[in-house]
Amino acid sequence: MEEFFQQLTNGLAVGGIYALIALGYTMVYGVLKLINFAHGDLFTIGAFLGLTLLTSLGLTDHIGPIAGLVVLAVMVVVLVGVIGFLLERIAYRPLRTSPRLSAVVSALGASIFFQNAIMLIWGARPLVYPHGLLPNITIDIFGLELPLIRILMFLISVVLMCGLYYLTHKTRIGTAIRAAAIDQGAAKLMGIDVNRVISLVFMIGPALGGAAGVMVGLYYGQINFTMGWLYGLKAFTAAILGGIGNIPGAMLGGLLLGVVESLGAAYISIAWKDAISFLVLILILIVRPTGILGERVADKV
Amino acid sequence: MMDKKNVLYLAGAVLFALSPLVLNSYWTDVLNNIGLYAILALSLNIILGQCGLFQMGHAAFFAVGAYTSAILNTMFDIPLLWTMPLAGILAGLFGAIVARPIIHLRGDYLLIVTIGIVEIVRIALINDVWGLTGGANGIFGIDRPMFFGFKIKRPHQFFYLIWGFCAVSIFLFHRLENSRFGRALNYIKDDDVAAEGSGIDTARYKLIAFVIGAFWAGMVGTIFAGKMKIISPESFSFWESVLLFTIVILGGMGSIRGVLLGAFLIIGLPELFRDFASARMLVFGAAMVAMMIFRTQGLLPPLPRRYNVSRFFSKAEGEQS
Repeated sequence: MEEFFQQLTNGLAVGGIYALIALGYTMVYGVLKLINFAHGDLFTIGAFLGLTLLTSLGLTDHIGPIAGLVVLAVMVVVLVGVIGFLLERIAYRPLRTSPRLSAVVSALGASIFFQNAIMLIWGARPLVYPHGLLPNITIDIFGLELPLIRILMFLISVVLMCGLYYLTHKTRIGTAIRAAAIDQGAAKLMGIDVNRVISLVFMIGPALGGAAGVMVGLYYGQINFTMGWLYGLKAFTAAILGGIGNIPGAMLGGLLLGVVESLGAAYISIAWKDAISFLVLILILIVRPTGILGERVADKV
Repeated sequence: MMDKKNVLYLAGAVLFALSPLVLNSYWTDVLNNIGLYAILALSLNIILGQCGLFQMGHAAFFAVGAYTSAILNTMFDIPLLWTMPLAGILAGLFGAIVARPIIHLRGDYLLIVTIGIVEIVRIALINDVWGLTGGANGIFGIDRPMFFGFKIKRPHQFFYLIWGFCAVSIFLFHRLENSRFGRALNYIKDDDVAAEGSGIDTARYKLIAFVIGAFWAGMVGTIFAGKMKIISPESFSFWESVLLFTIVILGGMGSIRGVLLGAFLIIGLPELFRDFASARMLVFGAAMVAMMIFRTQGLLPPLPRRYNVSRFFSKAEGEQS
């Protein structure tokens, strides 16, 4: 039973990261109906930028570990947000009215571009985050010894998700985002600047992905330039699992995928870990073709 | 009817067929790779380009075909080209089995499921299912193909095998595209509700498109196995599926000319960018974005179908009298 709960909490921590990345996919899909394949690489950029800033500025030495990491995360989030903004301007905006799959190919091209840019800037070998940034202690919860960092990861992702939920559902700008997602034309007629909304979405999504990148660096300690593919694919799976375009769906899908993967690796077979998560996805989609929380789309007549 | 355009095509084809005489074996091999990807992309074109199903897992069918041939050849000593039909049939069967439950999924949901399938196939191959696939190392020592007693082993010889097969594929897919079946697929792509309303059994047609595509990709797998002599799971990764997907979309969904041009660009360009050394894939990615921005419909989108109206009229008059 002990192992089960260890795996469960580990799955929730990893799932939190998947959920943060999945939110970027799902928000972009919501307003543009575009699968942003470059999103996984924006996440990798976040992880590498975080490492560079961490080692070059020495923030954690000057203002303490917690404050230092918070400042670092804010810087990464802003930088990755700017990259996301530029990405949309250059690679996606000219394709706004073209067939949907053309934009997907543009996204794949952007992904190849980013991945190789990261390799040229930071090198092809994996890099290591400095050790001992966060105290390596365990906390006793109901007789369960849990590493502090695992709990922190889960809490941070939950806080970020709640913040995003608040932004999209309780504020004016969030209402504008949701309106643009439902019907761009009508939103324009109501005086919403849809182009600004799309730019904003392309800053928020990658920003969350960048934050997830820093968290992965801190949690696993090692980052490499190709990791965006796998995390991006997993997060995309999570977004589809929850019903793409649906923000709570991405959160649920991410956490579920993390838990399934972690338990599957522990109890079934570690070699089949990735296959298990895809199998679960296929089974769920056979039963619910639009994901767990996805709405049933009526056929147009 | 030989109009100007057909003469040009024919002249181009003849020149192309003579090209191995002037190219060294490296560039001939590049052309061979282009040929293999062109045939694979043609088979994907039926599913993605003609029928509009978002399929990003085509490497899975390719893998089933290649492994079928490799296993039959190395374990039972069946000459490689004889295994080709069986490779196609098994890949088609596999396509039918996996596509049947998921064929009703819409756009992006289908996309991720097909990605999932190609990953599951790759992981299954690495984990050596049924002890047949040789795990992560793959299968060694596959025989070269024998063509009527003639052993094909040099790049120049493979050139004619691959491009000959490609020419057959182009002809057959061209006929398919202009058949009743091809028109039905185009209708499904444009509006599947209206197609269903016009009496097209959409689920069945989509499934058939999947099976045809898978069958053809499986047969390409045989040639690939003979060309490489070694196959391993890494040859059939998600990345290969992405390349094929890109070829079809970049070329212009559903146009055979476009698919051929796409194969030349996607497989050939990284070779031409060799001067950029380690930055070549960076340039390639940027080029992909640029090509999509400047040709949003793909490079050579399919031409509208044209029918000779006067021929219909003369036929109708003939029936009346």
